[in-house]
Amino acid sequence: MKPSEIFRHFGAFPLLAVFLAIAPALMQIGVLTEFHINLLTYGIVFGLAGLAFNILLGYGGLLSFGHAAYFAVGAYTVAMLYRYLKIENLEILLVAAILTSMVVSTFFGLVATRFTRIFFAIISLALTQVVWATTLKMYWITGGSDGIRVPHMALLGIEFQKTMNRPEYLASVFYYYVLGVFVLATLVIWLIIHSPFGRALQATRDNEVRAEFIGIPVRRYRWIAFIISGTFTGLAGALFAVLNGHVTPEISDWIFSGNIVFLTLLGGFRVFDGPLIGAIAFIFIRQYAMGYTIYWELVLGAVLIALVLIFSKGIMGTLYHYLGLTPGMPSLKTPAITIKANIPIQALKERG
Amino acid sequence: MEGGQRPILRTVGLKKYFGEVRAVDGVDFAISPGEAVAMVGPNGAGKTTFVNVITGYYMPDGGKIYFDGRDITHHSRIKKIKLGIARSFQLVNLYEQLTCLDNLRVAILSRERISHVFWKTLDSYRNVTEEAFEVLETFGLKDKASVLASELPGGMRKLLDVAVAYALKPRVLLLDEPTTGVASREKHDIMKIIVKAIKDKKIASLIVEHDMEIVYNYADRAVVFFEGKIIAEGKPEEVLENAEVQEKLLGVRV
Amino acid sequence: MIDPSIFLISLFNGLLYASVLFLLSSGLNLIYGVMRIINIAHGNIFAFGAYACVWLLIFYGIGTLPAPAWYILPPLLGGVVAAAIAMVIEPTLLRPVYKRPEEFQLIMTFGVLLVLVDLMLMLFGPLPLAAREPYFAMGVVDFGGINYPVYNFLIISLGIAVAVFLWFLIYRTRFGIMLRATSLDQTMAQAMGVNVRRLMTTTFAIGAFIAGIAGAYLAIKDTATLTLGINTLVLAFIVMVIGGLGSMKGAFVGALIVGYLRVAVTLLYPEAELMLLWLVTAGILLARPQGLFGGR
Repeated sequence: MKPSEIFRHFGAFPLLAVFLAIAPALMQIGVLTEFHINLLTYGIVFGLAGLAFNILLGYGGLLSFGHAAYFAVGAYTVAMLYRYLKIENLEILLVAAILTSMVVSTFFGLVATRFTRIFFAIISLALTQVVWATTLKMYWITGGSDGIRVPHMALLGIEFQKTMNRPEYLASVFYYYVLGVFVLATLVIWLIIHSPFGRALQATRDNEVRAEFIGIPVRRYRWIAFIISGTFTGLAGALFAVLNGHVTPEISDWIFSGNIVFLTLLGGFRVFDGPLIGAIAFIFIRQYAMGYTIYWELVLGAVLIALVLIFSKGIMGTLYHYLGLTPGMPSLKTPAITIKANIPIQALKERG
Repeated sequence: MEGGQRPILRTVGLKKYFGEVRAVDGVDFAISPGEAVAMVGPNGAGKTTFVNVITGYYMPDGGKIYFDGRDITHHSRIKKIKLGIARSFQLVNLYEQLTCLDNLRVAILSRERISHVFWKTLDSYRNVTEEAFEVLETFGLKDKASVLASELPGGMRKLLDVAVAYALKPRVLLLDEPTTGVASREKHDIMKIIVKAIKDKKIASLIVEHDMEIVYNYADRAVVFFEGKIIAEGKPEEVLENAEVQEKLLGVRV
Repeated sequence: MIDPSIFLISLFNGLLYASVLFLLSSGLNLIYGVMRIINIAHGNIFAFGAYACVWLLIFYGIGTLPAPAWYILPPLLGGVVAAAIAMVIEPTLLRPVYKRPEEFQLIMTFGVLLVLVDLMLMLFGPLPLAAREPYFAMGVVDFGGINYPVYNFLIISLGIAVAVFLWFLIYRTRFGIMLRATSLDQTMAQAMGVNVRRLMTTTFAIGAFIAGIAGAYLAIKDTATLTLGINTLVLAFIVMVIGGLGSMKGAFVGALIVGYLRVAVTLLYPEAELMLLWLVTAGILLARPQGLFGGR
């Protein structure tokens, strides 16, 4: 494949993948610090969450304000399995997290996909609040507002936690583990987006009515997309639990969901590699902004407003636009034209 | 009606009311396989509603619909499509952010019942892509394959809209004002392409139209809709030259 | 079997919660009805009113103002501040996104929410502000051994007063006719000569004003905190969704339902409060997606 073709199909991912792969080496030679690696890891985890979220937004045309729910379900699954069953094998925990978030997103999705657009956003918000309320109030299982502490775990059966201290672990083996999981997940999501299902989903985004009129079961496909999206978000949450070392209820509320929305928009929801860039940018901006001012939310809000008003394509979207490339642009639905029947004027008058 | 053949689509006393408004008020209609029937009438006469009821967008309030002898009156939209009824739209309905090729590929995927596959790439279905290209060729859109639907000029958007319905390999195609909004010099070009494509595959078509020239040139039969009822039908020349019909059509169309 | 004083207290507490929720969700519904925007930032406008009022009481009120004025001027300031914010935000930030997909509008109001949160932090500091003298000054009523604050009745009356005011405004004034016309069909209203832009700004301001005074009165009782806005908004959302988006009647009935649900749950199983509320919401939405009185 020629470089331009690689770029067209996979966007900035190959370049990023290379950079991320050599990052720890860069740390060894002093270009990056351990702290940077740590931030990058958060970036990758949130990038996965954003990628998953964008299945629904960019490709399905559905804005969810409730993805924190699945993130939290994944994270809390890991934390609680560790706490109560003393499981320290990350693979087992990840599989469990995938299963639980799949179950939750199946049920939540069933409810949520009965609605579209604004109602969908509201009901997804409502559902994540249920999760938030549960994690907060059922303190005897979830630790309440104190949360649960999660130590570093055995990777691929090797008990690194016994030989390394936490910072070392996070900056080396765990980093590569997360990167590996991320790359695998990205490939799967890429495949799904570029499959017949993915294209049909985009059709439902662009024109729901027409999609129905060619025989696509719109609601069912949205439900399936919802489940896929929620499951990968849960996977991200599970990784987060180990990375962060601590899970608390605030990763399940709608404000946290808002962060996922933000980073996706920041990177560009119209392109496949947008969410990852957005996530990394988000993590770094947040870190440095917090160093300069306590008014971090003001910055976030202002940037978000700017994104909506001016830069709705996000970082990558704007970049691609200026480069004149179109790696399959998804977009939010503009007011859709539907079939109109011409009801006679006198009838309109009668109905007042 | 071509004698002897069972109609592919038939309605008996079809009714659709919106409160006081009788949009479709007891319509008996039939169309034979391969026939092109034009449906004319003033705005608001109920033509689009009629199409909407047949395709399942609305459920009828009375009467029956038969497809190839089967009663499909209360079938769902999807069922009707699977049986072979497709439609195009008066106000173009396309997947704006997808390419022309993809607009067709999605239709083919749905028809072949493989639109749910998420474990293989779309491009790996070569036959789907090939067929989509063939349809593009039939409709003269081959060089616009990788252009986004939103970037097509007006006449081509209409063609694509029809092409999407055509790609479903229907047995009956309902075309809702295929040349409305198209520049006059383009109308014939568009209709020629559409009608050739349809006739080549012996697809029966119901064409809702306002342009009488189009009706004369491309329809086998014409049907006049007025205030929810069919008031005349027959060969286009006979029907349209009828004085009463002209009065009704022109009288309201001022 | 039920202790009469508990019963009475529950009765009035239900009305109290309902009142606050109605005040907040009536504004939300007003805004949605006319502008089709769900103002996520409404809770923070509410909180701003709360802070402004308490601030005034602390620095100028309790010492210098005569006691009766405590109950009028500071809350009025809260309302005015809230309305002012609305009149700044609407033309500059919201108007540009009216023609965009509704999802962008939602994200926009979320951005406004974040900005307002930190603005409050900047202006009023991180600690809760309290000015509870007016609350205590009204005394208590004795319900068979349990003391019930009289101030609560003030809030209940406020809710009723605003409900009446809104009913009058919407159904008995020219403004109300223009409002209803615009919410039904913007283009037609414009064709009939309604200055839709000005109407929208005014509507937004009215909704904000009501939220502002509601926040003010509540803060006197409960203190003003940074999270006040977000927590109450979430409940107001529930009311809006249950009652139906854009419906005043829905806000009224929904507020009563949620208010009394809260009372019931607090008595029986407090931990489950939020969860139960959201589950009820999801349940109602499943059965009747447009809410009890929603039309769309």
